[in-house]
Amino acid sequence: MAAVAQAHPGNATISPAGTGSARLSDVFWRNPKLFLALLLCLPLLWLGVVYLGSLAVFLAQSLFAIDDFSGLVTYEPTLATYRQLFSDANFDIILRTVLMATSVTLASIVIAFPIAYYAARYAQGVWKAVFYLGVMLPLWSSYLVKIYAWKLILAKEGILTWLFTQLHLLWLLDAWLAIPVIGGNSLSVSYTGTFLVFVYVWLPFMILPIQAALERVSGSLVEASADLGAHPRQTFRHVLLPLALPGIVAGSIFTFSLTLGDYIIPQIIGSSRLFIGQAVYAQQGTAGNLPLAAAFTLVPIVIMGVYLWAARRMGAFDAL
Amino acid sequence: MRSDRLDRAPLPLKISACLGLLFLHLPILLIFLYAFTTEEKSYRFPPPGLTLQWFAVTWNRPDVWAALTLSVKVASLATAIALVLGTLCAAAVSRSAFFGREAVSLLVILPIALPGIITGIALRSAFSMADIPFSFFTIVLGHATFCIVVVYNNAVARFRRLSGSLVEASMDLGADGFQTFRYVILPNIATALLAGGMLAFALSFDEVIVTTFTAGQQSTLPIWMLEELIRPRQRPVTNVVAMVVVLVTLLPILAAYFLTRDGDHIAGAGK
Amino acid sequence: MTAILFENVSRHFGSVRAVDGVDLAVAEGEFFAMLGPSGSGKTTCLRLVAGFEQPTSGHIEIFGETAEGVPPYRRNVNTVFQDYALFPHLSILDNVAYGLMVKGIGKAERRRAAEDALAMVALPGYGARKPGQLSGGQRQRVALARALVNRPRVLLLDEPLGALDLKLREQMQEELKTLQKTLGLTFIFVTHDQSEALSMADRVAVFHEGKVRQVGTPEEIYRRPKTRFVADFVGSSNVLSREQCARLGLNAPAASLRPESILLGAPADGQLGLTGVPIAASFLGPINRLTLDCGGERIVAALPAGTPVPATGEPVTFAFNRQDLHVMEEA
Repeated sequence: MAAVAQAHPGNATISPAGTGSARLSDVFWRNPKLFLALLLCLPLLWLGVVYLGSLAVFLAQSLFAIDDFSGLVTYEPTLATYRQLFSDANFDIILRTVLMATSVTLASIVIAFPIAYYAARYAQGVWKAVFYLGVMLPLWSSYLVKIYAWKLILAKEGILTWLFTQLHLLWLLDAWLAIPVIGGNSLSVSYTGTFLVFVYVWLPFMILPIQAALERVSGSLVEASADLGAHPRQTFRHVLLPLALPGIVAGSIFTFSLTLGDYIIPQIIGSSRLFIGQAVYAQQGTAGNLPLAAAFTLVPIVIMGVYLWAARRMGAFDAL
Repeated sequence: MRSDRLDRAPLPLKISACLGLLFLHLPILLIFLYAFTTEEKSYRFPPPGLTLQWFAVTWNRPDVWAALTLSVKVASLATAIALVLGTLCAAAVSRSAFFGREAVSLLVILPIALPGIITGIALRSAFSMADIPFSFFTIVLGHATFCIVVVYNNAVARFRRLSGSLVEASMDLGADGFQTFRYVILPNIATALLAGGMLAFALSFDEVIVTTFTAGQQSTLPIWMLEELIRPRQRPVTNVVAMVVVLVTLLPILAAYFLTRDGDHIAGAGK
Repeated sequence: MTAILFENVSRHFGSVRAVDGVDLAVAEGEFFAMLGPSGSGKTTCLRLVAGFEQPTSGHIEIFGETAEGVPPYRRNVNTVFQDYALFPHLSILDNVAYGLMVKGIGKAERRRAAEDALAMVALPGYGARKPGQLSGGQRQRVALARALVNRPRVLLLDEPLGALDLKLREQMQEELKTLQKTLGLTFIFVTHDQSEALSMADRVAVFHEGKVRQVGTPEEIYRRPKTRFVADFVGSSNVLSREQCARLGLNAPAASLRPESILLGAPADGQLGLTGVPIAASFLGPINRLTLDCGGERIVAALPAGTPVPATGEPVTFAFNRQDLHVMEEA
């Protein structure tokens, strides 16, 4: 039975180096760093040099200012652009955007949590797949089509108005629209509309991280908590919520940062007052003030940086 | 988290989870209804009548066809580039712990983590500085930049599942680096790459923000949609195009899901 | 002939000295076990032979040829991995034929060789299945066949039986031993299970903290441990302190005494005796284990089943033969 595997006396202990690709493989094996460099050179050249470089060049523009008369950028370091950024009108834009991002994030957490919790903890078999695809498909559906759908929904002659009429609740809708600031002529030109679309479009980005965090919570932890005498509400408060927190933070990073940077949604659904993204777009385009566009761009980056730092300080990632 | 207490899900939780899912899906379903409406001038609900005529009208619109063709071309080429670069990055990162490994992960994610407008403007200024005229290729490069991450995420997840001892076993049995790649690594990561490629395609096919900054006179399908959204010219055609776009993006997503189903549910994590 | 030679070999990972100045010589045709707790450097040594690791310093030879700088795929040694590392995308037959395939051997020939190898490990006709369809024990055999089909000069086994249950493990121990004798192949076997090492190997190297503490036949290692660690790790010996030795009229830093060498009752001629208080007794099937307190030091005795077990709390005298007390180098 052992005939096959009989050790060959003539079988070399170390086979000689081959030719061509085998020899090249030897070279890579002896110089793993060289191989690593070869793997990374192409992506790093594009992302690290071209992309990061152009990003840095663009953001550095904020240190210059535009000459009021010629409309050209003066290449002398100055803080004038930042002064301009914090002028009343521009500061309003920042405040408005941050408020919107905050409310969108909070609403997303409230809507996302039950979906994520159910999908992670109770859904099984086919339902697991239904919930997974039920979040993935809207996530990946065309961004513009989703906005378009809401344009149909929120239009004055659209389905929402029809629904309120059928329920004899039109007075409620009118009362809501009559509220200053969040109301407006119709839902599609109000902050309420902008808010709804933001929540809708970014919601999957909140569900997925929370679900992922909850999936990692072993069922026995919940049982242990119940076993130790905790009421379901206490279990939720003291076990599930702290463990879901990294997911909530990750999700809110998405919803917050996406809202801060978006310029298309408020342009299509909303009032004429600007958000940061629109301000950047206008400044780099029609206004031709690239330094101010760069300064505006830094706002979301700085806010997100502070947010991440604070989340880390508060221990949001400790449970990871 | 496995649970055998399906029956114990509290009713309010069940209801709010289902309402949440409905909230996510009803608006998209509405698109399908509007594609058949006879109404031309407004978004009236309920539609006064249903018709198939707008499909024929859309079919005969050269601008729609041109935009669609351009989008498919851009997405295909951007996906190809993203596949190469994303796989290279994933291979490097999962191969060894090296100095700057975290930085590479961060760098790959950055174009998608930053608001699209920042990436768009930065690339635009880079192209103008280098005197590269805006063209098909600048759109492709812009798209490839943010598509790398989805390929990367899928590939990294699969590389992680690919136990290191398989590569060692292959080398132990006499296969050199190239043979190991050809016979062991590639067959094991192929479906993840395919899934990543599908998602990259869907992402590129749908992208509008970076495209507005890197496109010249060409208009991709999303650019065409955006113009219709801002200045509606023929609403029924937009309705039909919107429905087709939903259907076209649906397919790669479903395919990607079934390709990566056993194991890493990472497919969408990178968008 | 020396199959594997280690000369002052070290492998450091940053500040961790995984392998620290190891000298070893494994003879051709030997069944050599590397025994030690996890993290003791035994697996790293195996990986150094396979070529997955490179020594930080020192010199390794395989059948007289320098191994440094030689990639794993050019070394004619093969490994049976702890997790078997079967290729999940290939059939069992293709797994076994893999080594021959990458060497460019024709399809018909490698198929025949792979089928023969599968028959050798008692898995004929399993070639069409996928690794996922086999049990742990079957996968282990496939891993063995996949390595042996290449006719390696040395077979490296990294805790190959670790994932199997007790019964299967005992069966595989015998089969491996038989296979090794029939093939006359050099086996290097890594394990943390001392009974496995003692029962299978011709010689055993005991690893601890990156160093080889003792090399010898199982009998030598068991009867004459050189250090407290070896005595403790191999068969859980009693270690008597310098004071205890002095009480027995022995001038030594430490001495080991196997539990089964202890007899109850007063010492006869040529025997030594001690007194202790039994503090615990447990029934272990063939033996009763009795723990005694001897002036603050614990001594464990293994008494054959059937002999009466003294009640706890009552002092008893016990005895052992002079030659069973083994003097060790260090405490």
